[in-house]
Amino acid sequence: MAELTLHQTVFALTISLVAFVFVLELVRRRRLREEYSWLWLLTAGAMVLLAVWYRLLILITRIVGAVTPLNTLLLCAVLFLFAIAVHYSMIISRLASQVKNLAQELALLSARVERHE
Amino acid sequence: MKPLVLLPAFNEAARIGRVLAGIRAAAPEAAVLVVDDGSTDETAAVARAAGAHVVRLPFNLGAGVAAQTGYKFAIRAGYDCVVHLDSDGQHEPADIPALLAVIARREADVAIGSRFLGAADYRPGALRRTGMGMFGLLTWLLTGERYSDVTSGFRAFGGDVVRFVATEWYPTDYADADVLITLRRAGYRLKEVPVRMYARAGGRSMHAGLRPVYYVFKMLLSVALAPLRREVFERKGS
Repeated sequence: MAELTLHQTVFALTISLVAFVFVLELVRRRRLREEYSWLWLLTAGAMVLLAVWYRLLILITRIVGAVTPLNTLLLCAVLFLFAIAVHYSMIISRLASQVKNLAQELALLSARVERHE
Repeated sequence: MKPLVLLPAFNEAARIGRVLAGIRAAAPEAAVLVVDDGSTDETAAVARAAGAHVVRLPFNLGAGVAAQTGYKFAIRAGYDCVVHLDSDGQHEPADIPALLAVIARREADVAIGSRFLGAADYRPGALRRTGMGMFGLLTWLLTGERYSDVTSGFRAFGGDVVRFVATEWYPTDYADADVLITLRRAGYRLKEVPVRMYARAGGRSMHAGLRPVYYVFKMLLSVALAPLRREVFERKGS
């Protein structure tokens, strides 16, 4: 388990690069706002890094005390998904509060406009 | 004092007319505002015909948000006291002057209408009574004070309180006992006043289904976060 075969490395690297480029492309086309893209770019970047530098994954596995590199990967995946979900909840909370304030503002302003008509 | 009577309303066209007539008879000097919370019926038209100011939210946002819209209206239009009551006839408009008097005499910053004080003859069902008891206990734990009717939505705020509840600190998602606790925590003086309330004529109750569970969760979170939020409350006036 010390090294990946060339076959495995190419496969892992291809997937990681596609993910990274896909996120960049979304940002370029303005389909994804820059401020929301950083967590995805971080995730894709980490995937690329681990694909080309497998020993890093083995080192992390030793540090956290996981049994196999696969456990480390799964742990990372779960943590990233958790971070992204919390990130979204924060954004949604802010949006909900903004929508509420906008709706109130709209209601108050249209009441004033109707009075002046 | 320039008082405003505030009624958040959602599809209450059938009942709000009688409530508005009651308010006019009980407190003819007070301005009345109906915040239409995205109703699909004639609520706004009925309210306008009865001579009330009407503010219409573009979609349904819940009673707490509708009430806060009214507080924002009050600040901009220069009202220094807001009486909040339900638009479905649960609250007796004849008791409005009693709440206003507490604010006018500066006995307290918040007057809460209690259906359990004095000569009230309100008898809730067992389930509702259990819920109310639980909220009362939580309020006691959080404020160290006993209130006879923590879930009352019939209340009057003085000017400072109106400015406070127009900020993001106002708990818009479940705005009864939590408002009371938040205001007490923020240092305002509360006073209960006996009022009459009537059972709802049909329709949905606020305290049904999973809502009490969520409510308890929210209260527990509020206890846990209270020490971290204290400074913010102390800055409320600025």
